[in-house]
Amino acid sequence: MNRTSRHRIFVRMFLRPLLVRRGPVLTAVAAVMVAAAVSTATLNLYTDVQAKLRREFRSYGANVVVTAKPGFLPDDALARVDAAIGNRGVAIPLAFAVARTASGAPVVVAGVDFDRARRLNTWWSVTSWPSTPGAALFGKRAYGSLAPGGGALDLKFERHSVRVIPAGILSTGGDEDSRIYLSLGDFTRWTGLVPSTIEIGVTGSPAEIQSIVANLGRALPHAEVQPIRQMVEGETRVLGKTRATLLASTAIIILTAALCMLATLTASVFDRRKDFAVMRALGASQRNIVALFAAEAGAIGCAGAVLGYALGLGIAAWIGQANFHASVSPRFVVLPEVLAGSVVLAILSALAPISLLQKVQPATILRGE
Amino acid sequence: MFCRLLYQSFHRQRRRKLLAGIAIALGVAVTTAMIAVAADIGDKINRELRTYGANLVVYPDSDTLDVKIGGVDLKPPADGAYLKEADLPAIKSTFWRHNILGFAPFLPATVRATAGGRTQEVELLGTWFAHAFRYGSESFTTGVEMTNPWWKVQGAWPADDSNDILIGEALAARMNLHPGGTIEVNGRELKITGTLSAGTAENQQIVAPIRVAQETLGRPGAVRRVLVSALTKPEDELARRGTANPKSLSPEVYDRWYCSPYAASIAYQLMEVIPHSRAEQIRQVAQNEGVVLSRIKGLMLLVTLAALLASALAVSAAMATAIFERRHEIGLMKALGAGNSSVAALFFTEAGLLALIAGTAGFLIGVVLAQEIGIWIFNSRVAIEPVLFPVVLVIALIVAMAGSAASIRRAVRFSPAIVLRGDA
Repeated sequence: MNRTSRHRIFVRMFLRPLLVRRGPVLTAVAAVMVAAAVSTATLNLYTDVQAKLRREFRSYGANVVVTAKPGFLPDDALARVDAAIGNRGVAIPLAFAVARTASGAPVVVAGVDFDRARRLNTWWSVTSWPSTPGAALFGKRAYGSLAPGGGALDLKFERHSVRVIPAGILSTGGDEDSRIYLSLGDFTRWTGLVPSTIEIGVTGSPAEIQSIVANLGRALPHAEVQPIRQMVEGETRVLGKTRATLLASTAIIILTAALCMLATLTASVFDRRKDFAVMRALGASQRNIVALFAAEAGAIGCAGAVLGYALGLGIAAWIGQANFHASVSPRFVVLPEVLAGSVVLAILSALAPISLLQKVQPATILRGE
Repeated sequence: MFCRLLYQSFHRQRRRKLLAGIAIALGVAVTTAMIAVAADIGDKINRELRTYGANLVVYPDSDTLDVKIGGVDLKPPADGAYLKEADLPAIKSTFWRHNILGFAPFLPATVRATAGGRTQEVELLGTWFAHAFRYGSESFTTGVEMTNPWWKVQGAWPADDSNDILIGEALAARMNLHPGGTIEVNGRELKITGTLSAGTAENQQIVAPIRVAQETLGRPGAVRRVLVSALTKPEDELARRGTANPKSLSPEVYDRWYCSPYAASIAYQLMEVIPHSRAEQIRQVAQNEGVVLSRIKGLMLLVTLAALLASALAVSAAMATAIFERRHEIGLMKALGAGNSSVAALFFTEAGLLALIAGTAGFLIGVVLAQEIGIWIFNSRVAIEPVLFPVVLVIALIVAMAGSAASIRRAVRFSPAIVLRGDA
């Protein structure tokens, strides 16, 4: 037999079972597919979920605060902060003054950018946001004790007075409840004070936040830039535990899927022990048989892996949509891992029964024992 | 006859039964572990979220407005009302006392601090560090060490019955003070046991046992506010109705609201036990907990579903293979006159029995697996609901039966002659 005809026979023997024994082959492909799909979905989620959860954590508000060392921040401080954080977060400038009411009671009045505050401080429960000049957001306790009827209130800071109208009530359960918030423009016109604090919510890993803090420090050399430990630490801990849980689940799921695939493929090769015996009886060499079965298993593994990969991306996208209302971006990095894993496992599961069968005489197998 | 067939099938075909059984046990183990972990993750993450600090605050009802900027209290000490320190242990008598993981009272005072010949006006914050008290027959230790886990101390925490203090790291650097040194506060010599690294405000403060602050102000037993760290349930429709006005609820709804660990209902109960107080949820912490918790729970639920799907497919594939291998047997039975229904009944019974036995074993393995995950990640055991056992068994039964159904139907359709000749 020359080389070409040997090749032709090999290809024929490789292709025939795929076409003739369609049922068992489909089962094997399906097993690989499920394993690959589940692995793809969980690996994809595992890499993407962190970014998704980090975004959720930003609802806790600021995790970095910039304060003027003494006095006030430079006029372009906000622009510098915005440039330093880029699109990774939101910064809100804040100015504070202790004003007095007509009766002389002290109250903290803050100047704030309402639009930015609304974006960063999602936990603020506000009845309605002020939009007109002179309209103020009253903290719940401030409203209750200073403007219970909702009427206008006269405030005095140093020698300047101003009349504010409560436009909405803010409740947070924190210090904000005792304050009155004005728009930054109104506040500066009244008191002449400019922001002394910028609260920033940035998204990222602890290392990324550290580097943003360092950038901010360089951008604003005369200010103090500090991460809010409470926020950064809480986020790190919860994220770490969630990731670890997900990792454990991923490992378990992939292991199950791989075992299931191994069992199915091994059984399907074992089922073909008669083919194997016939080939040996007709004088096929050990290497030929191993190559044939390995090629077949490899093809099944490949087909299953590609189908499963596509299916897995779909599952991951669905989970992202259902849970985070955002798509999980497909990780193409996962493809080679899934593909290689499936093919290697498929070939292993074909070779294991072969090596067992090799110890048995073909005649014994053909007799059906 | 049926029983003998069943018995012989298990007795003679041990290897095959073992393989299918292992598949079922594995599937059930994974399912059990994932469901147990997913069901308990809410509680576990809830505890981790307590790192964010207290989610409830209690202050005097008739208090004047806070005058606080950047965490620094500017209110003159003569102003405002106080709570009584002696009322605080009653917090552990509320309905949800087991959900209250810790609380700490605070009392700020402005003092003149002298060290190294320099005198400065600084804020002294009185609190509990790890205060032990008894309520009823239970003893309890709480304070900022539990409620503010992000407070880092270099040196040692002071004892609550001492005159020792912590000094904020920024203040320590400014006044050149170190643990082991002393500082004079309003004429009293206080020993520094450690430097505190916490928030911007605390880093500029002296933190002392609350008695020291009370003596400085001349107000024994006074507390300005209490921070409470509690495990709460995310807000839902009922919680919002209750928060708006608990009195407006009908008696049954009120009971349901009162007996749910919402932040608002725990706050309501705190007001009941501490006279002349107002309790509020700190929305920044309390509200976001709900969001983060529901996301993580949702994620685990979906991953559990994926695991369930994978193990269901593994089990049904194993069952299908097992039956396909036995087509000769089916052919023989049919050739000997067995009807389709009796063959199907035998195989379904076998599948069911196998699911029950292997399912039980799988459940036990799954419980161990869940515990391992819990201890590895959260350093605590995962709570396993007993109801999980029947649920998982029923799932195993359904999956094993469903997995066998298609193969059984195909097997009984074959003509016995063809099967026995070996052509099928």
